[in-house]
Amino acid sequence: MLARALKLVICVKEVPDASVTRRIDPQTLRLDRSGDGAMNEFDTHALEEGLRLRESGGEGEVVIVSMGPQRALDSMRKGLAMGADRVLLVTDDAAAGSDLVATTKVLAAAIQREEPDLVLFGQQGSDSDGAVLWASVADRLRLPLISQAASLEVADGKARVKRQTEFGYDVIESPLPAVIAVSDAINEPRYPALKGIMGAKKKPQDTASLADLGVDTGEAGEEGSRTEVYGLNDPPPRGESVKIEDEGGNAAEKIVQYLTEKKLL
Amino acid sequence: MSTLVYVEDHEGEALKGALGVLSKASNLDDDTAAVLAGSGVRALADDLGTYGASRVYVADDDALGSPLPQPRVDVLARLVEEKGFDNVLFAATVLTADVAAGLAARLDAGLNWDLVDLELDGDRLVGKRPALGDAVIVDVGWKSTPRLALVRAGSLEPESRDGTAEVEDVRVELEDWSQRAVMLEQAHEESEGPSIEEADVIVAGGRGLGDPEKFSLLEDLAAALGGAVAATRAVVDAGWYPYAAQVGQTGKTVSPKLYIACGVSGAIQHKVGMQSSGTVIAINKDPNAPIFEYSDVGVVGDLHEIVPKLTQLVKEKRG
Repeated sequence: MLARALKLVICVKEVPDASVTRRIDPQTLRLDRSGDGAMNEFDTHALEEGLRLRESGGEGEVVIVSMGPQRALDSMRKGLAMGADRVLLVTDDAAAGSDLVATTKVLAAAIQREEPDLVLFGQQGSDSDGAVLWASVADRLRLPLISQAASLEVADGKARVKRQTEFGYDVIESPLPAVIAVSDAINEPRYPALKGIMGAKKKPQDTASLADLGVDTGEAGEEGSRTEVYGLNDPPPRGESVKIEDEGGNAAEKIVQYLTEKKLL
Repeated sequence: MSTLVYVEDHEGEALKGALGVLSKASNLDDDTAAVLAGSGVRALADDLGTYGASRVYVADDDALGSPLPQPRVDVLARLVEEKGFDNVLFAATVLTADVAAGLAARLDAGLNWDLVDLELDGDRLVGKRPALGDAVIVDVGWKSTPRLALVRAGSLEPESRDGTAEVEDVRVELEDWSQRAVMLEQAHEESEGPSIEEADVIVAGGRGLGDPEKFSLLEDLAAALGGAVAATRAVVDAGWYPYAAQVGQTGKTVSPKLYIACGVSGAIQHKVGMQSSGTVIAINKDPNAPIFEYSDVGVVGDLHEIVPKLTQLVKEKRG
């Protein structure tokens, strides 16, 4: 049986570039995103996995789906340079400040429009440390979900995943279409080749508004969000620390002395 | 106010983190219930009263036998809608993060994650969420009920007390699409000794060990202290030690009473996984290693000399 061409959607987020010092805007209490942006590093692993699946199948389409400001297209261009076929960016002023509930409503609508066989996520956002998006999206799309994929195989209309948990590795199988979140241990993302970089600008980079996706503006952004931020505090300070130099090889004795004093032995 | 805490189970035991969240919830709200969802979990119900649950809902069904999130979303969604809980709380794990986020979508409910504590400000629930590599604590809240929260692993300690819970069975009716993902092989690889999330003492190793064989030094020390061995992302990536022992942002979050870091430089990725440990001792030959900034005891020296001696002294001390 010939493998059917896979249509893959890779969900990607624009995050502040690693070179930008991250700060929280004291007015909005949100992460300051005014500096340079970049494609979330964790998402490049999802894209790499998608590209490998397409290459092993010989054909197929890899579509980057994202939500963010218009300028996020600049960050997505790295994904096109790596080999993605096109970008669909949902961009709408009314979507700014969306929390999980609001973001996933928008993303689910965008993904639905693409009708993919497989939706891939990276394991977290490097800005928010969020590691929850995919499960909400899967629930909205009523699709099976597997997260923390350390390896992924697709054959005969099924995905087979090795999932990392606190207890070891599970093997989970699901029919397609499915939503899968991959860990950053799954692969080593490729660097865009010069040819890819040159060609990226010519690839389709579509944008869609909330109205285009049939999402009511009241369901997105701050208005559609169910969580809020009240304020910022300093973390509790740590106590004084003790420094031990291993003079004359007595460090082990000093550690035991400390542990005994603290009743930890 | 009424609160529901999901208590995850593994191999016939309730997870410690979930019991910590249950204890905290019952301190904030007298009307706190727990829910168990699995196969053969009814046996765990009676015990939950001693961690503050006044009622325990039990979804005991073979269809919940594998630790997969979507069938649990079905169970919790029905329960929360039926009973009208104001708060639904989870101790974060790979499983519960997916359950909580699925539930948020299903109920259109707000979810705050990575919380290290919960407080009441009057009758308003406030979550404490570290941000920017834990340089700041953000106070977060909810605009509607139910309020969903994931608490960072190891942040809250279980407190047992007198108390009994009423046990009530709940119906298990699953969506067709929730059952499409199936478990072919469940994790069974149990590391020797206590798992790192449950251990009171952790001895962690990083690149400074020099080579993978040297983990045996740490295993000896951990054995002497009755603890477990953990590893940094760098050495796990290098194949020196299994992922199950990895502490950090992309591994486990631990909070033992004692954490001994050997040859660990202390990158932020590691710090977020262990900073809620009671006492931190760092052994590193580089006096400028970042780990010393968040250690209670910083030992500048060669771990290959110090650790075997320490093991010997601990053995003598403990007889």
